[in-house]
Amino acid sequence: MNWNWSVIFDNLPQLLEGSLLTLELVFASVLVGGICSIPLAIMRTSDNWLVRGMPLAYTFFFRGTPLLVQLFLFYYGLAQFEAVRESILWPYLREAYWCALIVFTLNTCAYTTEILRGAIQAVPQGEIEAGKAIGMSRFNLYRRIIMPLAYRIGLPAYSNEIILMLKGSALASTITLLDLTGMARTVIARTYMPIEIFFAAGCIYLLLTFIFVQCYRLFEQRLLRHQRISRPA
Amino acid sequence: MFDLQGFGDQLALGAWMTLKVAMGGLLLGLLLGIAGALLKLSRRRALYAIGATYTTVIRGLPELLVVLIIYFGSAGALTQIAGWFGYDEYVELSPLAAGIIALGVSFGAYATEVFRGAIQAIPRGQIEAARACGMSGAQTFTRIVLPQAWRIAIPGLGNLFQVLLKDTSLISVVGLEEIMRKSQIAISNTKEPFTFYFTAALIYLSITIIVMVGQRYAERWAGRGMERRAE
Repeated sequence: MNWNWSVIFDNLPQLLEGSLLTLELVFASVLVGGICSIPLAIMRTSDNWLVRGMPLAYTFFFRGTPLLVQLFLFYYGLAQFEAVRESILWPYLREAYWCALIVFTLNTCAYTTEILRGAIQAVPQGEIEAGKAIGMSRFNLYRRIIMPLAYRIGLPAYSNEIILMLKGSALASTITLLDLTGMARTVIARTYMPIEIFFAAGCIYLLLTFIFVQCYRLFEQRLLRHQRISRPA
Repeated sequence: MFDLQGFGDQLALGAWMTLKVAMGGLLLGLLLGIAGALLKLSRRRALYAIGATYTTVIRGLPELLVVLIIYFGSAGALTQIAGWFGYDEYVELSPLAAGIIALGVSFGAYATEVFRGAIQAIPRGQIEAARACGMSGAQTFTRIVLPQAWRIAIPGLGNLFQVLLKDTSLISVVGLEEIMRKSQIAISNTKEPFTFYFTAALIYLSITIIVMVGQRYAERWAGRGMERRAE
């Protein structure tokens, strides 16, 4: 088999351009999804079954169905309804880019909600009682005691979720977006060299994951620096 | 709105195909997972390196890319190999075979870590006791280590199987007629994308629920020798 390096180098600028879109989609959806997951996770820990049940229905649907189905349901499915096509949101919902962004956000938000819920429930009861005992309001209790602790508990699981999102973003290529995978497929359609181009795309994904994992490790060390066991130098 | 316009049986066929790919991927993935765990636990550095490379590479690649690589990438390689044996035609994997391999390979990479953790959790003394009784390494593994490792591994494997089930949808991209592909075919006839994709979503949800129930039974079965704790 003839391995063709030059086809990789010739098309590298395009693949890198695709990587930018991949990063953009992942960054935006993780950011917005992360913010939206906070109120939902707090609702999930409520004592009221109705308050608890509503976000559960949402997370159950988004965690129980494939991301591909969700993407197609939004991108192709919504157009079935006249009301959607005539709404003011249609110019956005028609665009593959916005659809991908919305679906990725909803998807990662569902997973993050459950991670955060687990973390909130894992906050030691004594710390919450201590907060109540010194007269903190509910809001202050969440702001100063529960959420900061929950974030530290949920941190490792959250990095897995971001990596899953990075890999899941490859599905954007199925709704015509030219992310890294989409670019790779376009280049292959032109050059007929699947092995070389997929190899290059794979290397870029591995590199992205590697860089992310290293950065996250530093971030985690910084946030958890109070837990580090101090050793005599 | 759930008027499937006669495509219901097609979707059922698609669901059956999804289950076939999922089961095939699960079987292959379990074998690869056990093999990967043994490699990663090996004291030989070369064997460890093979296991570590496998898990690092596959876990860092998007599943969609793995599917595409195996389906489109294998054709060239297979044709070449067939050529060495004097067979001069174009050879490629069927979407079903490519799907099972792709899902199995990626399930296996994650399962490697689950099995490794489970095997390491078996007390060292039991393995030494088995060796002292005169069991061979293979006997120790199949009689002492594996039956106990299952119990520890099943919750993790169950979660991975849920992921695998959802990943079966990716194989529709290379044309396998599973739930998604069948929905697309129905949509091209009926022009009702929401109805069919939503039905597809509900099928996946019901399979997920069944798997969750099955997982609970599997956990009970694997833990049958253990004392039952209050739940």
